[in-house]
Amino acid sequence: MDKVKVYYNKFGLPRIIIISFLLFLLIAAVMLEIPISALISDALVRTGMNGILVLSMVPGILAGIGLNFGIPIGIVCGLLGGLMAIQLNLYGFTAILVAVLISLPLSLVAGYLYGLLLNRVKGSEMTIATYIGFSIVSLMSIGWLVLPFTSEEMRWPIGTGLRTTITLQGRFERILNQWGAFKIGDVVFPTGLILFMLFFCLLVWLFLRSRLGTSMIAAGDNPKFATASGINVNKMRIIGTMLSTVLSAVGIIVYSQSFGFIQLYQAPMFMSFAAVAAILIGGATIKKATISNVIIGAFLFQSVLVVSLPVANKILADVSSLAEIARIVISNGIILYALTQIGGGE
Amino acid sequence: MDEKLKIVIQEDSLGTKIKKALVSNMVTVFFVILCIIGYYYSGLTFGFLLNDLITRMVRNSFLVLALLLPVMAGMGLNFAIVLGAMCAQAAVIFVTHWGVAGLPGIGLTVLLTTPIAILLGYLTGQLFNKAKGQEMIGGLILGFFSNGIYQLIFLILIGSVIPFNNETLVLSTGVGLRSTIDLKDGLRYAIDGAWTLPFTTAAMAFGGLTILHGIYRYIKGLPSLGIGPKHKKYLLSGASGAALIGWVFYIQSTSSFVNLIKVPMVTAILIGLMCVFTTYFSRTKLGQDFRTVGQDRHIADVSGINSDKTRLTAMILSTVFASWGHIIFLQNLGTFSTYGSHEQIGFYSVAALLIGGASVTNAKISHALLGTLLFHTLFIVSPLAGRNLFGDAQLGEYFRVFVAYGVIGVSLVMHAWRKQIEGKKRLSQ
Amino acid sequence: MKTEHNNEHYVLDMRNIGKEYYGTRVLKDINIQLKPGEIHAILGENGAGKSTLMNVLFGMSVIHSTGGFEGEVFIDGEKVNINSPVEAMEKGIGMVHQEFMLIPGYSITENIKLNRETTNPGLLSRVAGKKLEILDMKSMNMDARKSLDKVGVGIEEWVKVAGLPVSFMQFVEIARELDKENLKVLVFDEPTAVLTESDADRLLETMRKIASEGIAILFITHRLDEVQRVADRITVLRDGQHVITKDTKDSNVNEMANLMVGREIKMTGESRDNEGSKNVKMRIRDFYVDMPGETVKGINLDIYEGEILGIGGLAGQGKIGLANGIMGLYKSEGNVELDGKKISLNNPEKSLKQGLAFVSEDRRGVGLLLDSSIELNTVITSMQIQGTFLKRYGVFTQRDNKKIREHALKMIKDLDIRCTGPSQITRRLSGGNQQKVCIARALTLNPKVLFVSEPTRGIDVGAKKLVLDTLVQLNKEYGMTIIMTSSELAELRMISNRIAIINEGKLEGILPPDASDVDFGLMMAGEYHKQKGEGVRADG
Repeated sequence: MDKVKVYYNKFGLPRIIIISFLLFLLIAAVMLEIPISALISDALVRTGMNGILVLSMVPGILAGIGLNFGIPIGIVCGLLGGLMAIQLNLYGFTAILVAVLISLPLSLVAGYLYGLLLNRVKGSEMTIATYIGFSIVSLMSIGWLVLPFTSEEMRWPIGTGLRTTITLQGRFERILNQWGAFKIGDVVFPTGLILFMLFFCLLVWLFLRSRLGTSMIAAGDNPKFATASGINVNKMRIIGTMLSTVLSAVGIIVYSQSFGFIQLYQAPMFMSFAAVAAILIGGATIKKATISNVIIGAFLFQSVLVVSLPVANKILADVSSLAEIARIVISNGIILYALTQIGGGE
Repeated sequence: MDEKLKIVIQEDSLGTKIKKALVSNMVTVFFVILCIIGYYYSGLTFGFLLNDLITRMVRNSFLVLALLLPVMAGMGLNFAIVLGAMCAQAAVIFVTHWGVAGLPGIGLTVLLTTPIAILLGYLTGQLFNKAKGQEMIGGLILGFFSNGIYQLIFLILIGSVIPFNNETLVLSTGVGLRSTIDLKDGLRYAIDGAWTLPFTTAAMAFGGLTILHGIYRYIKGLPSLGIGPKHKKYLLSGASGAALIGWVFYIQSTSSFVNLIKVPMVTAILIGLMCVFTTYFSRTKLGQDFRTVGQDRHIADVSGINSDKTRLTAMILSTVFASWGHIIFLQNLGTFSTYGSHEQIGFYSVAALLIGGASVTNAKISHALLGTLLFHTLFIVSPLAGRNLFGDAQLGEYFRVFVAYGVIGVSLVMHAWRKQIEGKKRLSQ
Repeated sequence: MKTEHNNEHYVLDMRNIGKEYYGTRVLKDINIQLKPGEIHAILGENGAGKSTLMNVLFGMSVIHSTGGFEGEVFIDGEKVNINSPVEAMEKGIGMVHQEFMLIPGYSITENIKLNRETTNPGLLSRVAGKKLEILDMKSMNMDARKSLDKVGVGIEEWVKVAGLPVSFMQFVEIARELDKENLKVLVFDEPTAVLTESDADRLLETMRKIASEGIAILFITHRLDEVQRVADRITVLRDGQHVITKDTKDSNVNEMANLMVGREIKMTGESRDNEGSKNVKMRIRDFYVDMPGETVKGINLDIYEGEILGIGGLAGQGKIGLANGIMGLYKSEGNVELDGKKISLNNPEKSLKQGLAFVSEDRRGVGLLLDSSIELNTVITSMQIQGTFLKRYGVFTQRDNKKIREHALKMIKDLDIRCTGPSQITRRLSGGNQQKVCIARALTLNPKVLFVSEPTRGIDVGAKKLVLDTLVQLNKEYGMTIIMTSSELAELRMISNRIAIINEGKLEGILPPDASDVDFGLMMAGEYHKQKGEGVRADG
């Protein structure tokens, strides 16, 4: 009994609910004769395409700024990189590489400024980050209308500004997914995509084991301790914020290539919520996060979304919105749960 | 010793006074300027703007006023009024389904809404007591979360689990509600239409009331909380009332469009009552408790004020008021989007309040009303101004959204920053 | 007076009060009787049990959530059970807090009347109950005026508290208590600590005036001269025990100091003679530290090579601020030299780099990463400051886990840290072992001078000795210069070569560990120079 209790505490109620829910969905899927292999392929792809966005939560949490609801800042930088790659008429891996290289300095600068701001608002980072994210997204909505991109592919044929979705077909659509992809039975394994995600996970993992990374974790864990050990806490918070922003920029490029479209205007508005929810589902808290939280969380969350859609469709004909509702309830429910675990704010 | 005990109250010169007022009301001043510029470039006539504005003021003010009590209790901007809006909307849907129209329909809606709103307010309060210091982000997420539940009920369960036979409301599949609901034959204008007066008459009456208020203040001397050297505010009331009446006489002598504008009096009176209640409430014992808890939970608890309970009360009241406000909102709107109307309520109301000059810790009735006025002026003029200036209405639209999010972001930043600086100051004392 | 002591009427009578926290006894058989109109001083060092006694009196939740207390409390001869501060207030017991319980954004009236507002029925209260009655500001202001006049403060009652000078806040606090109609006993908790001398005089005057109206006063302080001036009787507590209660006129400052400190010193046998060296290792001049509650206001001190210097003094006098200031954790000013080289202040990194190390008094707050392993806690500061325990790949670095593990195992062995292994997280360790991890972290830096603050606070007796032995061993074997700050005079006297006493942010004096209790007591109370000074003049 005691052991059960220990496991229960370690696992936490929300994760138990989500895993049971996933199991239930899987059993339902089998019974409804939905092809499991397709579901697994889908889950793998979506884990890979969301993985780096989820990963971007880690430096933020560890540096002590909490759940970084402000990743739309990085996302916008990533989108700019992607658009530039099209504008420069690039294809394939070159396009992705250039997109990343362009978004890098942008997101570093944006992350630095954002980090400076967060240092001035300690204790209220999450609420503020959310609204900073919203503001940036709506500011960039104006940007997408007025920025001087000229590529025909991106602009509305009539009217001003860029299209709301820009197809990447023939540019760099799914090229990571397809690189080295192989089949096990009917399951397609998106080798390039998964490797790319794991590569970034490895980079972050190595960083966290470096001297700088160790200092950053100490600063996030206990600022007073860090100060007493000669660590500049504010600097560490800025580094964490910058890393988080850069990762989200890379994350959106990977996401877009897998999705096949670059989505502009209001699309990035709620992307942070999905990333936050995923890492919480993976077992992270507002103060602690690991790489395994990222991988487990991205996989669990995306699997639930992938499986719930066909299952819901089979049970209730023509009700496609159930999956969307499940997403809303799960992601916001887990965030609420995490907020109540901070300890009353006392 | 006694010389030292005198605290000198400094009288600023008029210049510094104006400067101080401008600086401390920077946000509001900025928006006034923005609205004037927007109005100028929108090419709208004053009468048209006024007409639109009255509609929108009547529609939204009550909701914005519902935000005041939680601010008083130190819980910040209550993004969770979405929950109140949601239960009002649910009640409106059922009342429409049953076909109860007009004022009886409104009465029934209120009866249905209030208990649910009390329950939801209670639960929200419990959640906030568990996540102290995170009320604002908590409220925001809670809004999203409950929107999911709302969709589950009205998109999935209605027609499949909950029996609901209504061809006009339900989708052709028999499950889930249509995405817009028309109140044309039901609650539309049930409150607004009950009694309307021409704008000129209403304004004249309002001017008269203002003058009476000035006289009342003069005779009684204001028994407010801040006893002390009160300035001659009664003069201001009297003068503005007289100016309003004078202006109305002028308008009446012209053939302006303004003469044709109607004011829904019942709604206006309800908003007025809400203002009176809020003022009254702030002078009661419970209001004082709210403020004490808002200023310092620890001291409140030590003095025997149960801060958790007080916070619960604040949330319940706010949620109930928000639900009533949303009923007013919906009956004025006439048709609403089943899955969207309530979503933006929290965010638009908060933005309006902040634009009026409120902050996370200080919000007054005047902030709420002025903010609603400015925010909705911007609403009306910005797409037109955007089109006229940049040839694209969409631009103005995005600009407005940006401004709304931005003003919330900026005022939250200002608040947190000030708190941090004050914290440092206190330490170094 | 003496004739009526048997049938006397006591307004407050606390009998045989005792209290244990988790098996540790903090109060035993305390008896306090208060007559109406009496000023009764309670004296004692930090940890003597004064605050616990007050917590019992006010029914604070720390008492009830840890199993209640022993003994009985009578008010006006009637046995009472006080379960919360609010109940205490209802029973007529009030307190003037050391940290003001005032709301800055409120007017003086609103603060005085907090949760005791006078109300009139209003429109809504008839339907919605008393809570919606309207505040009667007029009568509230009048009440406030009356209380303010009683304490002799001429300030307008509608002025906001924010921005008032500290002394005014103190008087507002008193006025608030006086406004409570049934007030019988008023507790003053170190009321003069924050006041200037002239304000303190006024306060004492006010206390006398209040007492003359029949209200009994419990006066908690460490300023012995003030006790002598106003108190009718004194009670001395020491180590949770009732030492004595006597009339003030039968005692004097010397005796009070002696009673406060007096205890058998368990000398460890080995004489802690000066290790000979008179080389100044660290020179501190005109040193100021802005640490809230522990301000240092100009200290001059020399620290000799290879000695253990004890820093003592009462809480709030600035002894804690000294080490924190030198380590750069709080803003400081002045001149500190190590081996003749100036130390850059206000920069923890530089302080550490110059060979200082610090074991903080706030073990769980500053001293440890509670959710990290013992090994990481041990090496992290050294890794950060000296770049040790790292593998280098060009500009990139990685933690050298093998080296870290080896070092941690050695430390665990050397310091005898009881744990399941170097990867155990420190939150799960006992207080004493946590302290040893903190010491291990400081030692990993190989410091020239080690600052240790309150090393035995909150750890059990056995572990205390181990920690102190460790310090002595470090000092003897490696010749490490150690500066130990502690509230426990006994342990300072046990291991130090010299003991510096800090009072009101300044160095009061330096005593050898075997100096008399009276000398220590007088120094801690800031009376040493007054008393001795007079003595010298009288003798000379």
